[in-house]
Amino acid sequence: MQTIDLETSGLRDLNATLHAQAQETNQTNWEIINPKGSHAVAVGLDAPIEVNVKGSTGYYTGGMNKQATVHVHGSAGPGVAENMMSGSVIIEGDASQYAGATGNGGLLVIKGNASSRCGISMKGIDIVVHGNVGHMSAFMAQSGNMVVCGDAGDALGDSIYEARLFVRGSVKSLGADCIEKEMRPEHIEILRDLLEKGGCDAKPEEFKRYGSARRLYNFDVDNAGDY
Amino acid sequence: MKDEQSKYVSRTVPIQSATFTNPINAEIRRAADTGIYDIRGGGAKRRVPHFDDLLFLGASISRYALEGYREKCDTRVTLGTRFAKKPIELDIPVTIAGMSFGALSGPAKEALGRGASAAGTSTTTGDGGMTEEERGHSNKLVYQVLPSRYGMNPDDLRRCDAIEVVVGQGAKPGGGGMLLGQKISDRVASMRNLPQGIDQRSACRHPDWTGPDDLEIKILELREITGWEKPIYVKVGGTRPYYDTTLAIKAGADVVVLDGMQGGTAATQDVFIEHVGLPTLACIRPAVQALQDQGLHREVQLVVSGGIRTGADVAKALALGADAVAIGTAAMVAIGDNDPKWEAEYQKLGTTAGAYDDWHEGQDPAGITTQDPELMARFDPLEGGRRLRNYLKVLTLEAQTIARACGHNHLHNLEPEDLCALTMEAAAMARVPLAGTEWYPGKPGL
Repeated sequence: MQTIDLETSGLRDLNATLHAQAQETNQTNWEIINPKGSHAVAVGLDAPIEVNVKGSTGYYTGGMNKQATVHVHGSAGPGVAENMMSGSVIIEGDASQYAGATGNGGLLVIKGNASSRCGISMKGIDIVVHGNVGHMSAFMAQSGNMVVCGDAGDALGDSIYEARLFVRGSVKSLGADCIEKEMRPEHIEILRDLLEKGGCDAKPEEFKRYGSARRLYNFDVDNAGDY
Repeated sequence: MKDEQSKYVSRTVPIQSATFTNPINAEIRRAADTGIYDIRGGGAKRRVPHFDDLLFLGASISRYALEGYREKCDTRVTLGTRFAKKPIELDIPVTIAGMSFGALSGPAKEALGRGASAAGTSTTTGDGGMTEEERGHSNKLVYQVLPSRYGMNPDDLRRCDAIEVVVGQGAKPGGGGMLLGQKISDRVASMRNLPQGIDQRSACRHPDWTGPDDLEIKILELREITGWEKPIYVKVGGTRPYYDTTLAIKAGADVVVLDGMQGGTAATQDVFIEHVGLPTLACIRPAVQALQDQGLHREVQLVVSGGIRTGADVAKALALGADAVAIGTAAMVAIGDNDPKWEAEYQKLGTTAGAYDDWHEGQDPAGITTQDPELMARFDPLEGGRRLRNYLKVLTLEAQTIARACGHNHLHNLEPEDLCALTMEAAAMARVPLAGTEWYPGKPGL
């Protein structure tokens, strides 16, 4: 286990050190102490390493991650796991706005609540939220899966494309072109797998699925009122 | 005879309304037919105050000219000297603006890369990600981080030479684009992570930040991911150039890219293109003022785009304080867009060479703004690259000629005092004297 103290090392040293880990590194376990809300912690990683952040972080923790597992033992600020490609980011506490925004792949787990615009423009990432998500979550979500064990705020899935949204609790309102969809056996299997990966003990059968009605995929003036 | 005279009634001459012109009436009829606004590419077509409204004051006695074909006039420019470890060094201060793969074909992107590299300058990706055609042929490639984040990934961030965070575009500041389904080939769909054949909307705002403070932190993230090596550009549409430039500087930009309303676009609403934003001419001085007020003029470089066509335009933009210019529409024309050799085919599409602007429909006879394999095959990227290289050289030679005549041995030594204005409007916008006077509207001390 390697430990980096952000108070003494500084952000640049931290990220440069983590970027220097090659594919075959034997230094696979890293601990970051004293993050104290720092922004851009452990961004742009591209190695199969595990990074444990002991405390809460600011913006963009684990941004554009590939391969690595970034585990925040606290809460995370806006844009956590932004544009993640693969690997995973786990937040023990809450996440602020636009968690997992534009993520292309990998798994984001938020054990607390996520604020507004969680999963905005998601493009293949899987997001598991143990608590609630705020308004405009999954706005323009293109692909991937979002699992919400609690409730969802207003305008869930507004202008959604092919992403799948699974919500156990209430949905305050659905956004444009987002509808409740049939939960078929294949969706139960996808959800069961995600719940297991996300460390949730919820039952897949308790969830409803939401997705695109696909009415707005090609611009039609008769649908102008829906946009 | 008497009968004929009694039949004659004097009439007023038929007069076409200056308000309800034929093009306006045609648009009213089109709107009434379809119920939808016109979407097109190409940028603003209306006449607005432009660089043509300025003139250079060549040397006579009070200024000493340089010999046109003998004395050196340097053209080199370095972009990104503020924070980046690896600034971009260009041989000429004319760069290629961002144009997306998807809107443009792969061979067209290749031609842009070939031509720009041969002329010693850079190209810029666009809303659709980085293609091998462009990366493979551009010695210097600027990678755009756009609101849509189509094709965005850290590998390409590391493969580029500079990063351009696009906040706005001159043709549509505050607006997003629309790539119609017929242009969404398998490859385009795959790069954008969307199904084939659906309309692809480009968002009007970044999904993961909400204002200038967030932008500052976003830039920090991009720098951390790329080891602080690459210059970070921030591109804004020309609307509030003083404040937007000020905030871009505050957010940490190495380079501010300012795109005026004559800038092009692949697809947006005609009403937006023609009625939102400021003329390029009006954008430059407020942006330069912002840089000067921050004490960062020339340390944070300013790239100006939007309707640049000639070496005179280049020289005028530089004289007003820009460090470089970017060309988009002109580059497309140079490689073959709207070429009269395709006139018969343009007419089949209901238009004419020089006016074709339905770039979003994917039927471009020149094979440039299309993903149709048959149309794309018409376009030769080697020939396109050669033409672009020639055009860039001509722009540079023209600008050099003017600079020498004004007595300067570097294009960057051109200054507002080298200019006068032909109209009151241009004098006010460019803050240079009306021709034959020492006065411009709002000049301090008068």
